[in-house]
Amino acid sequence: MTDNPHISVQNLNLYYGANHALKNISINIPDKKVTSFIGPSGCGKTTLLKTFNRLHDSLTDVRVEGKVLVDGENIYDKGIEVTHIRKKMGLLSQRPFPLPMSIFDNIAYGPRIHGTRNKKQLQVIVEQQLRDVALWDEVKDRLYSPAVRLSIGQQQRLCLARGLAVSPEIILGDEPTSALDPKSTQKIEELFLQLKEKYTIILVTHILRQARRMSDFIVFVFNGEIIEFGPTEELLLNPKEELTKDYVKGFLS
Amino acid sequence: MSVSLRIIKDKIAGRTMLVLTVLSVLLAVLIGAGLYLRSAPLLESHSIWKLLFSSEWKPMKGEFGFFPYIMGTLWVTAIAILIALPLCLLCGIYIHEYAHHRIQKVIVPFVDLLSGIPPVVFGVWGVLVIVPLIADHIAPHFVEFSTGYSVLAGGIVLAIMIFPLIISILLEVFGTVPKELKDASLSLGATQWQTVKHVLLKRSLPGIIAAAVLAISRAFGETIAVLMVCGNVADVPHSIFDAGYPLPALIANNYGEMLSVPMYDSALLFSALILFVIIFLFNAVSRYVLSRIEKKYA
Repeated sequence: MTDNPHISVQNLNLYYGANHALKNISINIPDKKVTSFIGPSGCGKTTLLKTFNRLHDSLTDVRVEGKVLVDGENIYDKGIEVTHIRKKMGLLSQRPFPLPMSIFDNIAYGPRIHGTRNKKQLQVIVEQQLRDVALWDEVKDRLYSPAVRLSIGQQQRLCLARGLAVSPEIILGDEPTSALDPKSTQKIEELFLQLKEKYTIILVTHILRQARRMSDFIVFVFNGEIIEFGPTEELLLNPKEELTKDYVKGFLS
Repeated sequence: MSVSLRIIKDKIAGRTMLVLTVLSVLLAVLIGAGLYLRSAPLLESHSIWKLLFSSEWKPMKGEFGFFPYIMGTLWVTAIAILIALPLCLLCGIYIHEYAHHRIQKVIVPFVDLLSGIPPVVFGVWGVLVIVPLIADHIAPHFVEFSTGYSVLAGGIVLAIMIFPLIISILLEVFGTVPKELKDASLSLGATQWQTVKHVLLKRSLPGIIAAAVLAISRAFGETIAVLMVCGNVADVPHSIFDAGYPLPALIANNYGEMLSVPMYDSALLFSALILFVIIFLFNAVSRYVLSRIEKKYA
């Protein structure tokens, strides 16, 4: 583990109104590894993930205390400019949400809003990103048709490519395969394993098998607290905490 | 036995609602047919072309040219929607995307309140505020003379009257855009405004058009407030500072009077028919446009 990880959380507390959703979270996310957040529904793992790119901002009644350092910068500092933080992270949500435009424009959206206007350059980026998510051969003949016409598995890969097109350092996956069929799931998982060479990946999942297949580290979250954090095999096979033991028991048997 | 009773109830409920639905649709058809029958005498004695495109309005001599009234209606409505739609869009975007929820809670009831104000109050306000404003401060920059009673005054008053309608529809429409879709844009580092422009507005386009269509339909028919401020001169307006005489004002001002003049009754009902047809055609065209747009994105 490096001393200055991309993401370092220090004493983070988050409240939804009166509900104390995240309690005193501190963690350094290992760079260029896959780290999975596991835990029962409603434990706060997705909430924790979303504190990293401040997508809670648009919700009302959310209060955050503590620090999330992204590349050493506390993203909850007053007066921080939030778009350059978000640009550092690609987000994959539970269901794919292609933007209401063509396949090409979906990928080109990020580069365009950050100022790339050159048509040639955009074409290069779009082809490269679509190849990276193994979608190019499936869509190269219909780049200009609406993205919503793709299958849901293709849409999720498109969304991944869209996120990668702004050259992030980090990929956030919020149960990114939960709406997909087994085959599409497998494709996304394979992609993640390739991408961890270049990116720091954080994955929220409720499937322990997936967490084991995919991740180098696992964080077990329960009731808004981090109960245990460790290398995958160690945490799953030899948990130190009683709560973790109880949770992964089903997985072991 | 209770099983068959609940099935009978279900059937009765279904049939009753069917009958009521058919009746309400039939009502529109009946009104259209009624207007046609009553204006038939005029249509039989005058060429439709002349009725629609002549500007001669001399009921005593039996000359009925509706062109000034049709143009008056179109001018006032066009001005109203051109003013209202952009302002409502910005207002709706602010309320839905930027405003703190506490501000939302205060603003939205006020917008609704605006729709509860009786048209005649808007009319008086137009006469007291808008008409002098145009006569003294706006028109002098552009034309030599205007009384202020003009299609612009009608358009402005009308714009404010359709404001709450458009805004409440827009808020509904914006509400149907999933948060995750906006998050997808934001997560790429887009600003709020970029997200609004490229995602929210694009996704809401059919709804925005529907809002505009409803507002325009409503504006076509608005009578009293417009009648009070737009001058009611039966000439074709040539600028926004000219007076106009929209169709609803023609009917409201004259129906019940001078009906002894031959064909006058028929002529007024024909103007109602014109209004009816304009609104019908307008709705038909916009439905077609909407379905094309929806096809393009689905």
